[in-house]
Amino acid sequence: MFDIFQYPIIQNALLAGVMVAVIAAIMGYFLIVRGLTFAGHALPNIGFAGAAGAVLLGLDPVIGLFAFTIGAGIGIGLLGREVNERDTSIGVIMTFALGLGLLFLSLYAGYAERVYSILFGQIIGISQQDVLITAIASLGTLLAILLLFRPLLFSSFDPEMAQARGLPVRLLSLAFLILLAITISLAVQVVGALLIFTLLIGPAATASRITSSPFRALSLAILLGISYTFLGIYLAAENGVWPVSFYIATLSFGIYLPVRLLSPLWLGRRRQRARTNADARADERAGRNKLAALEPERFAGSSR
Amino acid sequence: MQDFLHLFHYSFVQNAYLAGTIVAIVAAVVGYFVVLRAQAFAGEALADIGLAGAAGATVLGIGSLPGMLCLTILAALGMGALGERLRGRDIEIGMILSFALGLGVLFLTIYSQSGSHATTGVNILFGSILSVTSTEILITLCSGSISLLLIALLFRPLLFASVDPELARARGVPVLLLSMLFLILLAIVTAETVLVVGALLALALLVAPAATAQRLARRPLTALILSVALGLLITWGGLTLAFVGPGRHLPVGFFIAALAALFYFASLPLKRLRTPRRHTAPTHPCNEYRSMAGRGH
Repeated sequence: MFDIFQYPIIQNALLAGVMVAVIAAIMGYFLIVRGLTFAGHALPNIGFAGAAGAVLLGLDPVIGLFAFTIGAGIGIGLLGREVNERDTSIGVIMTFALGLGLLFLSLYAGYAERVYSILFGQIIGISQQDVLITAIASLGTLLAILLLFRPLLFSSFDPEMAQARGLPVRLLSLAFLILLAITISLAVQVVGALLIFTLLIGPAATASRITSSPFRALSLAILLGISYTFLGIYLAAENGVWPVSFYIATLSFGIYLPVRLLSPLWLGRRRQRARTNADARADERAGRNKLAALEPERFAGSSR
Repeated sequence: MQDFLHLFHYSFVQNAYLAGTIVAIVAAVVGYFVVLRAQAFAGEALADIGLAGAAGATVLGIGSLPGMLCLTILAALGMGALGERLRGRDIEIGMILSFALGLGVLFLTIYSQSGSHATTGVNILFGSILSVTSTEILITLCSGSISLLLIALLFRPLLFASVDPELARARGVPVLLLSMLFLILLAIVTAETVLVVGALLALALLVAPAATAQRLARRPLTALILSVALGLLITWGGLTLAFVGPGRHLPVGFFIAALAALFYFASLPLKRLRTPRRHTAPTHPCNEYRSMAGRGH
């Protein structure tokens, strides 16, 4: 049954897949908390255009991916805070990028196969060198997240309060989107542009339905992400025909649905308790720094 | 000019313009409400779900439009049933979207392995307006007319429920039912839009004209008419550029997406120029409240 794991192709796929799953799960959790789900879907699609452009110019697709996703990440970070307007702008930017991608690919002869490999990923067959690049980039991203962890978490849950406490909320949001862009560029080769979204949202959504404590949710999301990826690659390799991304998406949805339907059973009470706890903690903080809580504008102004 | 008119002798060109016109009108009208209700992500998700439906239908050997309609309507029902308001909604949409994309990838893989039909997949992703059949146009026309009729019938309560759901609920408007009906309507229209510009570019016709129109005009009816006009302009412009445009045949989808983005981003500074006027004249509290809600707070 476990013969498959002897093949270096599968070993490489598992290594790269697990690394991507870990950072995607962490970024996905922040994505959900920050309400940026749509951006998580749009950025990989924008990256697709970049990859297509790089292919046309004869460059490595990864260069195009990084350039377009980071550019779009900065763009989205600079867009307005208001959700409706932001979503519309993201949507228009995304379709424009996809249109560009279509243009690039139609200029490039024999484009259908290229479209498939960028959109749907090719984890089985990933080279040793790609695994190494993925490892270095994942470690770098992970380190950056760890460094920014506390302020990022704080500003994600309560941006007004964070601003009042003098955190550079805008800068953090920009840094987060750039990190997201890097994660997405890494993950394209693993699950493809269309299904990065699954690795980002799937584990984190399920985890945040199970527990409301950020640390437990994050660990659970990482665990779920790794198991989806591992099982997905294993099942796809056993089957030999059906794509990895299909298995990952089905596993993630298959676990999410019962959790979502049953979560009111435990989340209703627990969420309330968590909220009162958070309120109490917030009160304590406010007590320590009353002026900041009562007059955020003045405080933010003076701290700058 | 002579060459351009000559193009209309070909039936595929006629079909393309006909299908494009129908879809542009319906998408612009429904898109107005999509922007008003902040459901751009739902529209995008339904379009990608249409991709799975189309691919599945192709594997089964039935037409892509029925397949898309089935799956998008099913997904719309799921989104309506699972989704709470506001924050949680995006996650439910996202989960359904990612599952549907997984299915779409599976179907496309099966299909492309059963023969060398890789281009069919690309057609679903980026639209196949140049190979639209008259049957598909007929289905589009019928479902499009029904959608427009429904919107016309529901116009006032839908507008009310979209602008201010709390107040509408208090006044006895069945907000939940309306939101479900609208999602189904959106599912139908998205499937049609996918037919023309493809799953990946559907938002260009669904959201961009309506969003541009809402920046330029404040009154609902004016914005709606402007949205339809922009949708037609973008579609016809895109088709015309693709047919008579420079050099080799560049894809229609690119021109439509580029024109849509051009209009939308050109309208951004216009709104900024206009906004200060809102604060100059003191309005009646009721009207002021309504205009605030109209801005989507």
